[in-house]
Amino acid sequence: MFEYAPAPESRSVVRLQPAYGLFVGGEFVDPTDGGSFTSINPASEEVLAEVAAGGVGDVDRAVRAARTAYDRVWGPMPGRDRAKYLFRIARLIQERSRELAVLESLDNGKPIKESRDVDLPLVAAHFFYYAGWADKLDHAGFGPGPRPLGVAAQIIPWNFPLLMLAWKIAPALATGNTVVLKPAETTSLTALLFAEICQQADLPAGVVNIVTGAGETGRALVEHHDVDKVAFTGSTEVGKAIARAVAGTDTKLTLELGGKAANIVFDDAPVDQAVEGIVNGIFFNQGHVCCAGSRLLLQESVADQVLASLRRRMALLRVGDPLDKNTDIGAINSAAQLARIRELADAGTAEGTQRWSPPCELPERGFWFAPTIFTGVIQAHRIAREEIFGPVLSVLTFRTPAEAVEKANNTPYGLSAGVWTEKGSRMLWLADRLRAGVVWANTFNKFDPTSPFGGYQESGYGREGGRHGLEAYLNV
Amino acid sequence: MTATAMSARSDLTELGRSETALRAFLHGLPGVDQVGAEQRAAQLGTRSIKATAKAWAIDLAIRMVDLTTLEGADTPGKVRALAAKALRPDPADPSCPHVGAVCVYPSMVPYVAEVLRGPAGGAGPAGAAAAPAGAGVVHLASVATAFPSGQAPLEVKLADTRAAVAAGADEIDMVINRSAFLTGQYQEVYDEIVAVREASGPAHLKVILETGELSTYDNVRRASWLAMLAGADFIKTSTGKVPAAATPPVTLVMLEAVRDFRAATGRQVGVKPAGGIKTTKDAIRYLVLVNETVGADWLDPDWFRFGASSLLNDLLMQRTKLTTGDYAGPDHFTRD
Repeated sequence: MFEYAPAPESRSVVRLQPAYGLFVGGEFVDPTDGGSFTSINPASEEVLAEVAAGGVGDVDRAVRAARTAYDRVWGPMPGRDRAKYLFRIARLIQERSRELAVLESLDNGKPIKESRDVDLPLVAAHFFYYAGWADKLDHAGFGPGPRPLGVAAQIIPWNFPLLMLAWKIAPALATGNTVVLKPAETTSLTALLFAEICQQADLPAGVVNIVTGAGETGRALVEHHDVDKVAFTGSTEVGKAIARAVAGTDTKLTLELGGKAANIVFDDAPVDQAVEGIVNGIFFNQGHVCCAGSRLLLQESVADQVLASLRRRMALLRVGDPLDKNTDIGAINSAAQLARIRELADAGTAEGTQRWSPPCELPERGFWFAPTIFTGVIQAHRIAREEIFGPVLSVLTFRTPAEAVEKANNTPYGLSAGVWTEKGSRMLWLADRLRAGVVWANTFNKFDPTSPFGGYQESGYGREGGRHGLEAYLNV
Repeated sequence: MTATAMSARSDLTELGRSETALRAFLHGLPGVDQVGAEQRAAQLGTRSIKATAKAWAIDLAIRMVDLTTLEGADTPGKVRALAAKALRPDPADPSCPHVGAVCVYPSMVPYVAEVLRGPAGGAGPAGAAAAPAGAGVVHLASVATAFPSGQAPLEVKLADTRAAVAAGADEIDMVINRSAFLTGQYQEVYDEIVAVREASGPAHLKVILETGELSTYDNVRRASWLAMLAGADFIKTSTGKVPAAATPPVTLVMLEAVRDFRAATGRQVGVKPAGGIKTTKDAIRYLVLVNETVGADWLDPDWFRFGASSLLNDLLMQRTKLTTGDYAGPDHFTRD
């Protein structure tokens, strides 16, 4: 047996402060009317730091700082000068990427190999990409001289804390807006480290403001009368509430919400790579991925064979310490999320499906859930309809391409889909018919700053990334 | 196991009797997605193997080395030195294991045999007293069949093979007929392997696919199955004589093939990447690939080998580093 010895990434590169204030007007300040909460390491439940909870007054102060910066500095600044700041931020992210990656894994629970090899390279790439647009907006296809909106309120989720920050802040700043960003309450720390990077880059005060806190802080931000734009990534439930809150106002809104993506495997698929794609589709980032391939649709003629390969592959997944460089699956982000995953998985068992997990030892402390598949699932089961947002895969079967399309589209969501076939014509035929913002061909969970990302139906509206991502922050 | 393989399980042995059946089978194997295969190999390349795991892997890798010299300039003196090194790679450390095999041209086999097995009629290898006890033998591999191009009449290839076995080789590394393979004449490739298999007698047969000349992963998978169906004991990536030698994704595809072949037939076949594997880091990446593709059954010199020459010294340097904590300079290791 080839036993890999522990290979932990060093924590010493991260210097955590015991407590963090809010980042408003270019400096860290104490909240005036909010309290504080602790941020813990979900892999050990160890307290990492005390974080300020912004109240209504704090949100107001941040929005005013953003407004001032927009009016006096950032709005009037030529695009080529804004670009310099964004390029500088991108380079600083690269320089400090190890520190950011370790902190991301500590605070979020995701394996270091993902924060190091996926999250951080993409974060830097997004800033580089949008930095390039800042002085070329005249040529982005929105007519001459498109104008920024003003102050953007941005609320991001806990699954990709820094990456979602980059998706929000990079295009907003490139187009000349200023922002107030609220990170998720379980994963505030890398956003605060990003605030330090803004200081290091000499970004003018008030262009980026970070107000930490939970749902109430977010509500205060969304409902603030002086924000021109709201961008939200998170649950469909909260997204609907935000849509109601801004309805009837001039505030522009983009929402990136949940998903229940189909990953469709045909009998002529490259099987070994399809199995990798299935694993990557649902177990990447513990399944805490809005576009996760959580519904596996297998053509019946190869279902048993693919499932056998999938089980063999799942037995190799290494669950444990997120900082170990060989860990494939880290910790569930919070106790609340773990409870939700358990509840839905139990519902799956109760509905009479077959549940399977590879033998795997879970750590005693922290929040953990073994990679799990359910077979014998039908469309009517809750685990085939509701977003689980965890390492849980529902396996369904189909007989014909038409049936695959029908089942794949039979969901209120529509964020992403994957198709596995060696037949090019079939791939294109499906891509035309699948109602999903992204269709991956013989791959899954591939991201790139040049590619727009967004959903159909209850997966939200608006696009982030690429040239399309500029539109959400321009007055066009 | 592949669907095709499953349905064909009962008549896999019949395949070699018909060009049509052979073609239908090989072209019915599932495709390999190039991007996905390369991504998987790259991901496994990021595994971090440290401390005890590294020490274990280095010793295993040493035992898997087919210490190779395949030069026109090879002389009896050169290959004798190599054979001596194969028996005792690190004269300063008796706990260091011997390598898996020595691999030379047929004309050099007798000189290697002298060192490994002792003079004809003698009792045991010359280095027996020094070799670690109970560690098995160092095999004697010879390339044959008009290596590396394979562009010779079949009779010449068979004579080449018989001569190598007669001189003492217990492993034969043959090359497939790429000309026939690339023109789709699978039957011819198959029949040649069967004939060489027969000419090899008791020797183990390693079949070199020369993956750099096959160019696509689909071809690598087909050639792997073709070789296994024809009776290969091992499938080997490369001769080391064309620029594109062993790569992790090519080896991954071949490992998947031996895994599926065993599931279909019950027979286990070994894998040997060769060429371009120079460092301990490279070797450990391959061992990770083996571990996470086919598992522990293949983590043994009987089932996985490295065709390499300079790799051994790097393994020895890293081994010394782990034991003593210091890097010794390259001059502290023998160059043969």
